[in-house]
Order: sequence, then C-alpha cells, then structure tokens
Amino acid sequence: MSRTIAEPFETVADGQDAGQPPYLYPDYRSTELRAPKRPLVILPHTLSELTGPAYGHESIEELDHDLTRQHDGEPLGERINVSGRVTDSAGRPVRSALIEIWQANAAGRYLHQVDQHPAPLDPNFSGAGRCLTDDDGRYSFVTVKPGAYPWRNHPNAWRPAHIHLSLFGRAFTNRLVTQMYFPGDPLFDFDPIFQSVRDADARERLVCNFDYETTEPEWALGYRFDVVLGGPAETPMES
Amino acid sequence: MPATTPSQTVGPYFTLGLFASQADELVEPTSAGAVRVTGRVLDGAGDPVPDAMVELWQADEGGRYRGDFGWGRSGCDADGRFSFTTVKPGRVGQADAPHVVVMVFARGLLRAVLTRMYFPDEEEANAGDPVLSRLDDGSTLVASSVDGGYEFDVRLQGDGQTVFFAV
Repeated sequence: MSRTIAEPFETVADGQDAGQPPYLYPDYRSTELRAPKRPLVILPHTLSELTGPAYGHESIEELDHDLTRQHDGEPLGERINVSGRVTDSAGRPVRSALIEIWQANAAGRYLHQVDQHPAPLDPNFSGAGRCLTDDDGRYSFVTVKPGAYPWRNHPNAWRPAHIHLSLFGRAFTNRLVTQMYFPGDPLFDFDPIFQSVRDADARERLVCNFDYETTEPEWALGYRFDVVLGGPAETPMES
Repeated sequence: MPATTPSQTVGPYFTLGLFASQADELVEPTSAGAVRVTGRVLDGAGDPVPDAMVELWQADEGGRYRGDFGWGRSGCDADGRFSFTTVKPGRVGQADAPHVVVMVFARGLLRAVLTRMYFPDEEEANAGDPVLSRLDDGSTLVASSVDGGYEFDVRLQGDGQTVFFAV
C-alpha cells in the first residue's frame, strides 16, 4: 500500500499572539496545571471549522436581556444599559449571535454556591441574561453595575468589576468567552486575569466606554462594548 | 481589519450564566442511534478538573452540518466527568473520518482549548483522515469504546496531553 507522507501541520507556540492571553500566565495561579504546554496545531479550515449552531428567536424570552426585571422587586445598585455591536474580523456584523452574560451583584457577590464572599446576596438579582444580536450585529442588556470582589489568587487579591460574556459567531470556532471591564478601574494594575493580555491596546478592547447616547435621563447610565470575533471569517451561508 | 477582542477565562461561576437550560442531550437517550459520549477533563497532575465546561459541535448521522443540530454543552462533576447523549456523526467529506469538534473552558484557562474527538471503530477512515493522519500524537484524539458509547478524556497538560488546535 502506497501512501503519501504528508508534511506535519504548522504549529504556534503559546503566547505568540500578544493580543490574546497565553495559556500559561503564572501570576494567575490556576493556569499552572491547566495550561497546555505543547504548541497548538494550526488546522486547515474545513466545514468543521466553518460551521456552527444557529439560534432562533424562539429560544430567547422577551425579558432575558433585562437582569433588573427577573424578580418582583428591583435589584439594588447602579442601573446600567450595556450595548454594542458584534462583528467578525472583516468588520461585518454577526447576526443572530447568541450572547450569554453573568455577573456579580452590586455588592460583588455571585448567586453561586462556590462564592463565599461575605457580601449580601440580592433577592432581586440573579445576575444572568441572554440575547441575540440583530441584523446589524447589535445587542443590548439592562443590568446593574457589578461590584469588585476578593479572590484567593494572592494576598489581598481583588477582581475589578466585570461582566462575563459568552458569544457564538457564525462558526463554532469563532466562539469567544471574555470579560467586560469598566473604564478607569483602579484594580486593573493588580489583576492578573486582565494583565494576562500583554498588549496594552488589546487590554483596552476589554474595557467598555461610557456612552452618553445610551444613557437615559433620570434612569440609567449607558456603556458601550463592541466585540470582534476572531477565527475563520468566511462569507456566511445565507439560508 | 478590526482587531479581535481578547479572550478571558470563564471563571468559577459560569454555571450561573450558561446552564439555564440543559444542553447535553442532542438526541433523546432512547432514540435509535443514540450514543453516550463521556470523558474526563484532567490537569497536568492528572487530577480531575471539576469546574470545566465542555462544548461539542458535530455533523448529523448523514455527515451534514446543520444549524439546528449538533451543538451541546456539559458541565463536569467532581471527577471532572462530562457526558453527552448524541449520535455518531457521518463522514462529512470523502476523506474526513467521522469526528466531533470539542471545546473546553475552565477557570485557569484564559482561552478555551479546541480539539477533535475521533472514533475507535473507524480505523480505516482515521488512517486516511487529512488531519488525524498528519499528527504525531493523534492517538490522544481517538476515543475508546465503552458500553453504550465512547469515552474521551481531555488531558490539558503533561504526559499524553491532548492535541489542541488553532484556527
């Protein structure tokens, strides 16, 4: 049996892309035993890399994007509108992209059994929401500004206030999980998760902007957070 | 070209936002062709990663990628074990062996890891697969057969580390 011996794939070493965090970032201690040590193998783009799940509007409830209206009463804290646009790396809008968010309440406490921070839970705040982007890639959430909270990575460690976001692009391999931070947070310099992105410009892309346009009079401050998904950015298949 | 948004870890509290609805059964467990795909996520010390999340993306039994089928999400238990009920995908192209795209997220992973799971009962197809056949350590991507389905461990680091991909 004759078989063509194929060349091995190209690989990329950890930390080559300063615009993305490396896997191994020792200041963030949990990376030490979880970071892959071998170079990543660069895959050709086949249908496996170019396709992904589609979400219908039926899977989202009308108020899923409003974290302030999930209970009988209103949550405590600073009410905010968070909105933005999701595009691919060619600048085209990503339509009907599912965005899921989760966050601590205004006191810096997650509604999660693992979180033992002695700050109060808010009976009117669960801290989770979801929405789909519109035809222009735009999304919006209503929530309260999360508080900073301590963690045990190092002595007196505190996470800057942030909202977790999970996004799907057109292809599954465009998938992004990230965190959105707030402008001017004094904890940035001390947070190894934020600092794991070595390029300062790239770190700025994790920080939302105060947005006067979406600030509502006598109601809520507006913040804008645009997301650019990497990975294969082929022409989308229209159904 | 706009620069891409950096990834950040999913952290320890993701079940709050990502597990509102169950997504680990792509098909009914009692339906024809249903198989269980399970496995463990292990760290560099060989210890289970209980706070990992595994997502998969696959073609249907006919080898078609469809928007309305093929995605799943599972958490991990105290043993780092995830579990899906799905079908074995068909071959997508003539050369491709059946496979499932797998992504793992966890506290301590600043970026998700991307890999593929291949099937142990597809030796001939696997030998000709344009990705699997070009890997030195492709055996880390082949699941083992267990009763009712397949077992696929993801080793994040250390001996037998799973091959991870960039796109």
